[in-house]
Amino acid sequence: MISISTDLLDEIREHGVMDYPYECCGLLLGRYGTDGKVVTATYPISNAREESAKRNRFLIEPQELMRGERFAREHGLDVVGFYHSHPDSPAVPSQYDLEHAWPTYSYIIVSTSLEDATDLFSWEQEPDRSRFNQEEIRVIRG
Amino acid sequence: MPVTISIPAPLRQFAEGKSQVAVEAKTAGEALDRLTSNYASLRRHLFNDQNVLRNFVNVYLNDEDIRHASGPETPVKDGDTIMIVPAIAGGAVIETEVGQSLPELSNEEILRYSRHLIMPEVGMQGQRRLKASSVLMIGTGGLGAPVGMYLAAAGVGRIGVVDFDVVEESNLQRQIIHGTKDLGRRKIESARDRLRDINPHIEIETHETRLTSQNALQLFRNYDVVVDGTDNFPTRYLVNDACVLSGKPNVYGSIFRFEGQASVFWAAKGACYRCLYPEPPPPGLVPSCAEGGVLGVLPGIIGAIQANETIKIILGADDLLINRLLLFDAWSMKFREFKLRKDPKCPVCGEQPTIKELIDYEQFCGISHTPQPEPKLEEISATELQARRLRGEQLQVIDVREPHEYEIARIPGTKLIPLGHVVGRMNEIDPDVDTVVHCKGGVRSAKAIQALKRAGFQGRLINLKGGITAWSDDVDPRVAKY
Repeated sequence: MISISTDLLDEIREHGVMDYPYECCGLLLGRYGTDGKVVTATYPISNAREESAKRNRFLIEPQELMRGERFAREHGLDVVGFYHSHPDSPAVPSQYDLEHAWPTYSYIIVSTSLEDATDLFSWEQEPDRSRFNQEEIRVIRG
Repeated sequence: MPVTISIPAPLRQFAEGKSQVAVEAKTAGEALDRLTSNYASLRRHLFNDQNVLRNFVNVYLNDEDIRHASGPETPVKDGDTIMIVPAIAGGAVIETEVGQSLPELSNEEILRYSRHLIMPEVGMQGQRRLKASSVLMIGTGGLGAPVGMYLAAAGVGRIGVVDFDVVEESNLQRQIIHGTKDLGRRKIESARDRLRDINPHIEIETHETRLTSQNALQLFRNYDVVVDGTDNFPTRYLVNDACVLSGKPNVYGSIFRFEGQASVFWAAKGACYRCLYPEPPPPGLVPSCAEGGVLGVLPGIIGAIQANETIKIILGADDLLINRLLLFDAWSMKFREFKLRKDPKCPVCGEQPTIKELIDYEQFCGISHTPQPEPKLEEISATELQARRLRGEQLQVIDVREPHEYEIARIPGTKLIPLGHVVGRMNEIDPDVDTVVHCKGGVRSAKAIQALKRAGFQGRLINLKGGITAWSDDVDPRVAKY
């Protein structure tokens, strides 16, 4: 389970719509608790390199992730997952997503269109890498 | 030589929870081999089946990517730190791959859905699609009842229910989602309990609200398919336009007396409701079910067709009711079908749409917000009428309902002249005596009075407020309400 506030979910949706028709992405920062993950901040990654992203389909380069990790550590947080958008596509992970993920992290995917962001789901990889399972999102007001 | 490998948080569960592991190695590759021979289950997350480092996994030796040095051969020395950092990939879905990430079915669910599962058109994949899907039903009335019950039984994972009414006795002849025990309850609560009883494995979301231009898009965005079970034109146009604007399929059904219609309006794939009916009929021309009646089983048939098409949309079936209008006549027991065509000039789904946001649908359908001042009409309450009769005053009471309604219930001592005949049979009404006119609720009797006045009737005409229903409520409960 992943807990996240309505405000942060709105930020993710807005980021997705802003970057439409390109994919947006960012880190989910927070804590690993006994009752699942708690997201306390998002760390949007600028999608200034659409062309290269299109080519290699990597949205967050390791250097950027390292910067994000460093930012998180400075604030006493962990990277608990990632979000990205699927423009005009369902908010479900692809086989490609499956091969490029680790367990435990939350992968929030938001489906975007020109007008707005529609579905938003969180996914967690099965420890044996066989599939993604939909993860319960506990929405906190605020 | 001991080097320290930092384990990223998500992989620590495969390394006994350790955040750092020290290993003896000469090269970076050897360090990773050591690590993964100590913790075998960690290996598959770092290396693929060909034993090559996964392409999204990056290994940093003291902040430098080993790919920029000598790869796995990059030498390491005492005190070095190795970090494992993923890159995050993204990619939109290819349809056939969706199944990989669909929710699993429990053994109980497999048993429950076994009649679905053994058909290749549904199968495990299709049933998991149903579980992953969400449907919003507008209304839990005659159409919503079978729609909700069949979708719940079929295992649609999340069903949203929009209604703001309460269950009334006259609903139960066709709205089989509600029962006698539910009379007076809010329909969404009654519907929710019934759907939960049918299938406890699914989620029911209740929205006790009237669907409006303000809330429709917000509501629709959270669902895959919208099923229209409304009974009025403003809401029907609202559902259509909101579906077009949010890109959702609109599974349409409508019923009247013995005739029903069904179609799937999905602007991305075909015609929408406005392509078929660009303009609503003038207000009052098409009577509602409350005025015109409806055979109770008819919404059962049309609603079941809507549920059928909804399930097919979720399963990705071909041959949907897209660009097809199905007409059903329950009295002659005939189905007919019309071909529909997307209208390139459609104001909402055409090539140059003029409707880009939701509008005022009451106004669009000619229903004015400010009621037009009616010509002054003399009225009497049921109790006053009774009092005047008991005082022995000279009065005649004209019932303008239909004969079959007269069969159901009547006020004693009245004369039946159905609304359609009231002007023609005007000479049967004595203009020298006060005349009280009544119907079921007071609307038709008011029309009758206006028609009589227009036709030149000279006597005094008084409308019975609330009709025979008020008579039953306030004077004589033995008179049946219907």
